[in-house]
Amino acid sequence: MSIKQDSVDLKKGAKITKTVLITVSLLFVIIMLVIPMLILIVYAFKDGFTKYIEAITDTYTIKALRLTIIATITAVAINTFFGLFAAWAVTKFYFKGKQLLLTLIDIPFAVSPVIAGLIFILTFGRIGWAHGFLEAHDIQIVFAVPGVIIATIFVTFPFISREIIPVLNAQGKDEEEAAALMGASGFRIFRKITLPHMKWALLYGIVLCSARAMGEFGAVSVLSGHLRGKTNTLPLHVEIIYNEFKLSAAFAVSSILVVLAVIILILRNIVEYKAKKGGR
Amino acid sequence: MKKRMKRMVALSFVLLLAVEGLSGCKKNSSSSDGSVEITNVSYDPTREFYEEYNVEFAKYWKDKTGQEVTVTQSHGGSGKQARSVIEGNEADVVTLALAHDITAIEEAGLIEEGWINEFEKNSSPYTSTIVFLVRKGNDKDIKDWSDLIKDGVNVITPNPKTSGGACWNFLSAWAYAKNQYNGDETQIKDFVTKLYKNVSVLDSGARGATTTFVENGQGDVLIAWENEAYLTLDEHPDEFEIVTPSISILAEPSVAIVDSVAKKRGTEEVAKEYLTYLYSDVGQRLAGENYYRPTNTDILKEFSDVFNLDLNMVSIDDFGGWNEAYEVYFQDGGIFDQIYTQ
Amino acid sequence: MEYKLKRIKRRRVIPGFPLSMGITLAMVSMIVLIPMASIIICASDLSLQEFIQIVTAKDVVSGYVVSFSCALIAAIINCIFGVILAWVLVRYEFPGKRFLDGLIELPFALPTAVAGISLTALYSDQGWIGGIFAKFGIKIAYTKVGITIAMIFIGIPFVVRAIQPVLEKFDPQYEEAASMLGANGSRTFFRVIFPEILPAMLTGFGLALARGIGEYGSVVFIAGNIPYKTQIAPLLIMSKLEQLKYTDATAIALVMLVVSFLILLLLNIIQVHATKRTT
Repeated sequence: MSIKQDSVDLKKGAKITKTVLITVSLLFVIIMLVIPMLILIVYAFKDGFTKYIEAITDTYTIKALRLTIIATITAVAINTFFGLFAAWAVTKFYFKGKQLLLTLIDIPFAVSPVIAGLIFILTFGRIGWAHGFLEAHDIQIVFAVPGVIIATIFVTFPFISREIIPVLNAQGKDEEEAAALMGASGFRIFRKITLPHMKWALLYGIVLCSARAMGEFGAVSVLSGHLRGKTNTLPLHVEIIYNEFKLSAAFAVSSILVVLAVIILILRNIVEYKAKKGGR
Repeated sequence: MKKRMKRMVALSFVLLLAVEGLSGCKKNSSSSDGSVEITNVSYDPTREFYEEYNVEFAKYWKDKTGQEVTVTQSHGGSGKQARSVIEGNEADVVTLALAHDITAIEEAGLIEEGWINEFEKNSSPYTSTIVFLVRKGNDKDIKDWSDLIKDGVNVITPNPKTSGGACWNFLSAWAYAKNQYNGDETQIKDFVTKLYKNVSVLDSGARGATTTFVENGQGDVLIAWENEAYLTLDEHPDEFEIVTPSISILAEPSVAIVDSVAKKRGTEEVAKEYLTYLYSDVGQRLAGENYYRPTNTDILKEFSDVFNLDLNMVSIDDFGGWNEAYEVYFQDGGIFDQIYTQ
Repeated sequence: MEYKLKRIKRRRVIPGFPLSMGITLAMVSMIVLIPMASIIICASDLSLQEFIQIVTAKDVVSGYVVSFSCALIAAIINCIFGVILAWVLVRYEFPGKRFLDGLIELPFALPTAVAGISLTALYSDQGWIGGIFAKFGIKIAYTKVGITIAMIFIGIPFVVRAIQPVLEKFDPQYEEAASMLGANGSRTFFRVIFPEILPAMLTGFGLALARGIGEYGSVVFIAGNIPYKTQIAPLLIMSKLEQLKYTDATAIALVMLVVSFLILLLLNIIQVHATKRTT
């Protein structure tokens, strides 16, 4: 067999692998993600288009949407801030108990959403230990907007740091060390060396974080009090409509969340496109 | 270096406290500017009823006092809603599915003892009961509780351990068997065990069970609250029928003022009027239109074409009151748990 | 001692350790540690004996088994498909790729209840997919298979998005070199690429597993919730709360938490070792 023959075989093999892998991926995504989404749309339009519009333009739907957006933006901002510092601390330095710290950051993943809500009730609620202090200063956290926001921050807490850390770990820290030895300031090193390495991970982290923050139900449900027009987020509003035996309207309102997810995706693509163009 | 680190840690703490401290200032209901705001923590599915009722009440209150009243509604599972009030959700009034849930709030010290006699008819402006929902045509010929234990009948009902409302389904079946077997405990237990062995899906809540039955086509019969069964018929006319069993249980959704909150916010008067007005003809008719049985017998008769008024209903007192019933049947290790450990 | 200190100091040539560490620790304490302590405070009302009695009750143990076993299977399946998906999304160009990429986050954006209802409608014996299997006598919804499917659904973004950035940074030159040296496709993958993505994959695996164990909203609809068969542990917590038994609920939660914590800790340790080996 000649070398030429070999490389042709190899290319053929690669092509088959490619086709097989793409097919498997498509099948998986269609069965696990696309069809459930179709079901959602089928239900949403079951009662007709006018009913759909009616459901999504309801005053309380819009108020719930506003709260969801506020909570999402706050959670993403705070978690990005945290994620950048945490990733820097964890990947650029040696210290004892690093694994412990990493695992502590992961805890919100391991906590059942039901419990995530409960811990804040047990802390800030009427039966919680911080209640006396809050009452004395006339601050209400749970069953008010701050509670909703804190719960959202909690459940999405590890997302961004978790995305960045593996990438920075894989990259190592030689470049930063070299830059530091040459006398560059911390911020400069971060901006010029670290940030370019992790920008995609950061972007994925932000997208994941905002998607999760928008959809969070369990934890928020426990401590929001479901006050209509005040502490109802979109997912909570969906549940109330559903419990009202209005299946179709409930799915119509959830489709707003899908649209929001699509908007985030488009934003991500724009950022990605611009970044890649700028890189050249 | 160490010092600097400490300072940084301290600084970050302050920053975070500031963020967390960005908490909403509590809104006091101000009656000075001629408006008042109250919160009604209710259960599923009373949203439409209270939406209509709140409009009527606002009109009535404006005529009476000249004051604007805004009612903030909250809905969720009855037990969960009670818990949220105990945990600090500031409700002026609660309108929940079971007296037991309000008693739990009372035990937490938020509602004064004797609330059940504060309003007429055990503080229950409307009642409901347990019925069967079957598919159109009723192929399995389900007429009464005894049909549910037959082989091949597939029953859907929620889990009493996670859904307070589902306890009433269990107790209704128990009441039927008790009557059938003249109170012979072993036989009653046997009957109820057989019934629950026919249950293929034990959803966590009433609404989930309805979806399982209606949308996913599981089971031959759904045991449901009467008002919820009617809401299902509204959503799916021509697909289902309601069957009323020979014996069922009287479920009394109860209302109460959360005294400690109303006192603090100075809303006692409007809260009291809000609940009293539920007993007015307007309130009673609205309840009937939303498939709750009005407790005013004259108005109940107006709805005789909707409700089966000849139904033989037992009450929770036949089980020694709610607390005792819960202890015996649903507590961990109680009779319900024994069905599944046998 | 003096010497050791110096060495550590010398190692930290990169600036910003106190600041970043300070902020990290402060936020972890505020958002995670302090609230989590409430669980321990609440559970500590129980004597050890009571605690053991609650967490080893028969129904509770069966709940753990269902939750853990289904979450484990789901996480493994997610790892397999997650690697394939990430690979396809990073390395290949094909029509509809952008669309595929965008779908990955959807399981997060949907309220869990909506996801649960949709999946149940799909996989029940009357559903589009469940109906096909029902013909062969296989039930999916209301069995452990259904629970596993719901957990795959909610866990897939973790794995894909953990691996994707690492693959994106991985230089294809290495593979080319390997294949030029005569290694075949699978050999290149397992010898060259796999070690690189292993740490990220483990992260994704751990997160998907932990999320699955704790998941309530989407699983509860498809589970059937029959005691000792398809009852998940979070449902038991809910039923304790329904009875206003906060201490019992927190005791069960504590056990779940400790197990998840240990799994994640173990994976983090493995990950650090794996990273050391490859760099």
